[in-house]
Amino acid sequence: MTDAANTNVKKTKVKKEKKKGRWTRRGFIGAGLLAGGALVVGVAIRPGDRTGDLAKYVAGDGEHLLTAWVKIAEDNTITAIIPHGEMGQGIHTALSAMLAEEMDADWNALDIMEAPAEPDYANFPLVREFALGGKKPPGFVFDTLNGAFLGIAKKMNLQITGGSTSVRLTGKSAMQTAGAAARELIVAAAAKDWDVPEGELQTANSRVIHKASSRSAPYGQFAATAASMKPNLHPKLKSRKDYALMGTSLPRVDIPSKVDGTAEFGIDAQVEGMKVATVMAAPVHGERVASVNDADAKAVPGVLSVHNMGGYVAVVAEGYWPAKMGLDSLDVEFTTSAADAVSQETLFAQYAEALETGKRKTVHKGGNVAKGREGAAKIIEAEYAVPFLAHACMEPMNATAWVRDGKADIWCGTQNPLGTRAAVAESLEMDLDAVTLHTAFMGGGFGRRAIPDYALQAAALSKASGHPIKLIWSREETTQQDHFRPAVLGRFAAAVDDEGMPLTWESVFNHEGEPKEASDIIYGIPNKKVEVVDSPSHTRLGPWRSVDHTQHGYFTESFIEELAHNAGQDGYAYRRALLKGKPRFLKVLDAAAKLGKWDEALPDGQARGISIVESFATICAQVVTVDMSSGDPKVLHVACAADPGFAVNPDGFEAQMQSGIVYGLTAALYGEITLEDGAVAQSNFHDYEMLRMDQSPKIDTIILTSDAPLGGGGEPGTPPIAPALANAVFNATGKRVRKLPIRDLGTGAAS
Amino acid sequence: MVQLKINGKPTRLDVDPNTPLLWAVRENAGLVGTKFGCGIAMCGACTVHVDGQPVRSCSTPLAEVEGAEITTIEGIKNPDGTLHAVQEAWIKHQVPQCGYCQSGQIMSAVALLRDTPNPSDDDIDAAMSGNVCRCGMYDRIRAAIKTAAKGA
Repeated sequence: MTDAANTNVKKTKVKKEKKKGRWTRRGFIGAGLLAGGALVVGVAIRPGDRTGDLAKYVAGDGEHLLTAWVKIAEDNTITAIIPHGEMGQGIHTALSAMLAEEMDADWNALDIMEAPAEPDYANFPLVREFALGGKKPPGFVFDTLNGAFLGIAKKMNLQITGGSTSVRLTGKSAMQTAGAAARELIVAAAAKDWDVPEGELQTANSRVIHKASSRSAPYGQFAATAASMKPNLHPKLKSRKDYALMGTSLPRVDIPSKVDGTAEFGIDAQVEGMKVATVMAAPVHGERVASVNDADAKAVPGVLSVHNMGGYVAVVAEGYWPAKMGLDSLDVEFTTSAADAVSQETLFAQYAEALETGKRKTVHKGGNVAKGREGAAKIIEAEYAVPFLAHACMEPMNATAWVRDGKADIWCGTQNPLGTRAAVAESLEMDLDAVTLHTAFMGGGFGRRAIPDYALQAAALSKASGHPIKLIWSREETTQQDHFRPAVLGRFAAAVDDEGMPLTWESVFNHEGEPKEASDIIYGIPNKKVEVVDSPSHTRLGPWRSVDHTQHGYFTESFIEELAHNAGQDGYAYRRALLKGKPRFLKVLDAAAKLGKWDEALPDGQARGISIVESFATICAQVVTVDMSSGDPKVLHVACAADPGFAVNPDGFEAQMQSGIVYGLTAALYGEITLEDGAVAQSNFHDYEMLRMDQSPKIDTIILTSDAPLGGGGEPGTPPIAPALANAVFNATGKRVRKLPIRDLGTGAAS
Repeated sequence: MVQLKINGKPTRLDVDPNTPLLWAVRENAGLVGTKFGCGIAMCGACTVHVDGQPVRSCSTPLAEVEGAEITTIEGIKNPDGTLHAVQEAWIKHQVPQCGYCQSGQIMSAVALLRDTPNPSDDDIDAAMSGNVCRCGMYDRIRAAIKTAAKGA
């Protein structure tokens, strides 16, 4: 999810730091004693050169303060420090479990804290390093680990909470490693204090046990001794068979507060003296406020001030309602630009033109497509289109800011705490140290909350008004000022032999984001060429759940189905043939087919469709059963099989699959942001529709385990659903869905 | 000045009577468990009970609920302080993900089960389709409602 996520910090600071030369980073494990006798064990980065700008983010007196992941107090309170935001993906639970597993810590007594709530444990330097780097992998800890993770990291182009990275990278690389290192330190300290060989000691439930002498003592008792010892840089991690916590469905730690209304989201922030603001930005992205007549707005009781902020207007009031009434009473004119002429039709015409005449960049290549075409019996071509999509987080964008006396406090939910803090500091022309970020639960992220625009507005409005400001965007603003999933036009061609098997695979499309492998194919096709042309618009783009995999999953899995149909084979059999020699894929595909009862007959009007997509190192196949008898697609059932290597929290992983499926299904059935006169035409849930209970299918999930490195959970459920549904619609009706959402099929489908 | 009861407590709110109940509850009564989602009664995140009936508080002017009994998510625990059966079922089925819509979901479910102690799938569809869950936890919500019904 790095696509546009770091825009605000990238522009200046990255360049500045890059000039200092290439950072050589070395991971290390540090241990130290905190005031009060607590042992802290952390896995951290160590910049090879401390003379550059980055040094100011590094604690001066000891590398152990770079970052820390676990604290063991003398009273045996163990605190896991989680460097990722919770947006419902269950990450606080999964990461803590990974730490506790390797530590043999008492799960029920574990405290969990989200960094950087406490300055001593700020993981800013760590996170900042890879947030600012943008294109770099998180360089921490890799020399204590096997190189496979570095490979994934480089490939995946990481962000903070996004890209399905939390468990895969932070979990394995940092939490487990820190847990194992902490346990080894404690054992070594106990051996020293008790004067017994380490080999005679066992650990369980945060206690060290020496059976021979019938002694047992809490970890905390050894904290001080342990802090004076040198941690093992290569602690031994458990093998899967010995896991007690990982691989079990631990109840999520964030859930109790989410059933009684006590969970604190960004929008719930309370600051004394706080006023409420709401805003309207130029409806055509990139345009600005030309004039504001605020006479009527200022007459609304409760309205305190009106601000022309250049790109947007804001009303500050005693509460949200007067602010909203005030905003609705403003008479605002915006500047004009060439973008005013852009509509959905002109935009896609522009893309089509670019595909014809634009400069092509090759993204993936194999064999020789020209040669491959020579022996072809037939060339098959198809064009697919997907629209812009909004994230539609349930919690509208919001942030609270208090800027005063040369410092600023920000309260918000964010997928990018460090980037947000840095961007706020830069926008206020303050040092990073002057800005404190207080994170909260996110009422949905999906990539949207990786972009800190709302926090910047809150900070600017606090500064402009002199009050602590809670900025709340209306649903309309949240929809129209989103950073959209790109609208993409893709053209596909394949040369097939007499049997209908592909000799070549060629594609070209108008947008490339992350990850790069999204547009590649998993199938064994000897010659391939995947190209992209650049065809930008004024519309703001951003990472959307599974990023480029959403469009490419749909494109690739639709086109392969068209090839199957041409070959007279069903989609399952055809895919199996092309996945020969890829046992992991075949296993997942077979499991989905079995779970979805691929071979069983269905009543008239119903059909199944299948797809398989690998994303974020997880392979996911789905079989959709659709009923088209009313003319509109009614999704009856989704069978989902996924291989993430190993699911740390199986129930949590299953929930992520369910969630990803409904998210993708909503987009496939209804999702479309269109432009009219350059502005977003949709505004709220009446014209940007959501899947609801009565349309929601039964979803069954099977999780497969393999020896593959840990794969992601938050995103891989999304890409396969749209093509599986489109393929099912074809199998039921004979009509090929080449454009999403499916209501554009022309069958009178879902509206 | 508008007078009503919130979670059994007589409350006087010195707010413009045109203000939606949602904002009075959140900003004036300080009960932030009820959430703002859409402002047009299309998502259900703001669902509270007015005299026992689920309503979308974002589109209910305060003037319309003068003298009414309002129940919010903060007010549905059992008198002894234990969780409502619906809340227990929500934990058992690990329903919430981001959790933002869940106050509204739970308020709709509590109202459904009070009127229809043994709801069919169609009953659940009818009562719950006004509540959007962007994390897509509909399967789990349905299962949790059935569990709560059995326990009731």
